[in-house]
Amino acid sequence: MSDSQRLIPCSDAVRQLWEYLDHAVSPQDQEKIDRHLSFCRRCCGELEFAKELRAFLASQEADELPPHVKDRLERFMTGL
Amino acid sequence: MARHQAGSEIGGLMREAGDRSKESFQRLAAAELAGLYWLARRLVRDGAEDLVQEALLNAYRAFGTLQHDNAAGPWLKAILVNVFRDQLRRRARSLEELPVEQVDDFSLYQTLIEHDPMPYSDTLHHEYLRAFGKEDVREVLMRLPEIYRAPLVLRYMDGFATKEIARMLDTPLGTILARLHRGRKRFERELWDYAQETGLLARETIRCPTANA
Repeated sequence: MSDSQRLIPCSDAVRQLWEYLDHAVSPQDQEKIDRHLSFCRRCCGELEFAKELRAFLASQEADELPPHVKDRLERFMTGL
Repeated sequence: MARHQAGSEIGGLMREAGDRSKESFQRLAAAELAGLYWLARRLVRDGAEDLVQEALLNAYRAFGTLQHDNAAGPWLKAILVNVFRDQLRRRARSLEELPVEQVDDFSLYQTLIEHDPMPYSDTLHHEYLRAFGKEDVREVLMRLPEIYRAPLVLRYMDGFATKEIARMLDTPLGTILARLHRGRKRFERELWDYAQETGLLARETIRCPTANA
């Protein structure tokens, strides 16, 4: 059995899931994780949750400035 | 220096570099103030406005180095992160690493399944995250040491590439990747602890629809 065919443990797969989602793992690791995910329901859940958590973080976008902050920063800019 | 050389060139070449007057700076920066402020609020507990002001001042002094007007947002944010990094270095305590074994094996996904804190929910993981308002998320972030918080914020909230983060924080890429990993795990654990400690989910409790039937 070649190295890439051996199933990696869940801990290895889970540790790399975010990099996997970023396409930042090596092709060999990508293949190992793909293979693990095709067998492991728990890690598929971890993967879905990682996606959810990333979307959640990305959704914390900027709101409007509070009026007192807007005033202060605009005054500062005028005084440059 | 390059700016003056560019300034002597004619017409088309100058259009990309843009107008580097004070008024131009004010116009470009005004459009980015909210983004800068909210980034600062995620990086520091106190002094977000001061951080933005110092960044604006540094940016104004370096305005000639901005190559394209449409890159003003990331450029200003990078300058803000530089100021933040310099502040951090003056406080050695905040540079302490977390013991690896303390955080690495935590899984919020598994913890939610095991504890099932929202038994009425069909989409437990999704609804759990939705229970956190923006200020809750900020409180959770503040529980992370800055060296873990900053890469997490910059990567997953402000969308910077890891290489860019390494450059802004003047830290080796491998260190940033390791801190991102630990930062994520720590963030998951702190989400869980915060919700437990503050009764966050109790605020979300719904009444069973058949209770009054």
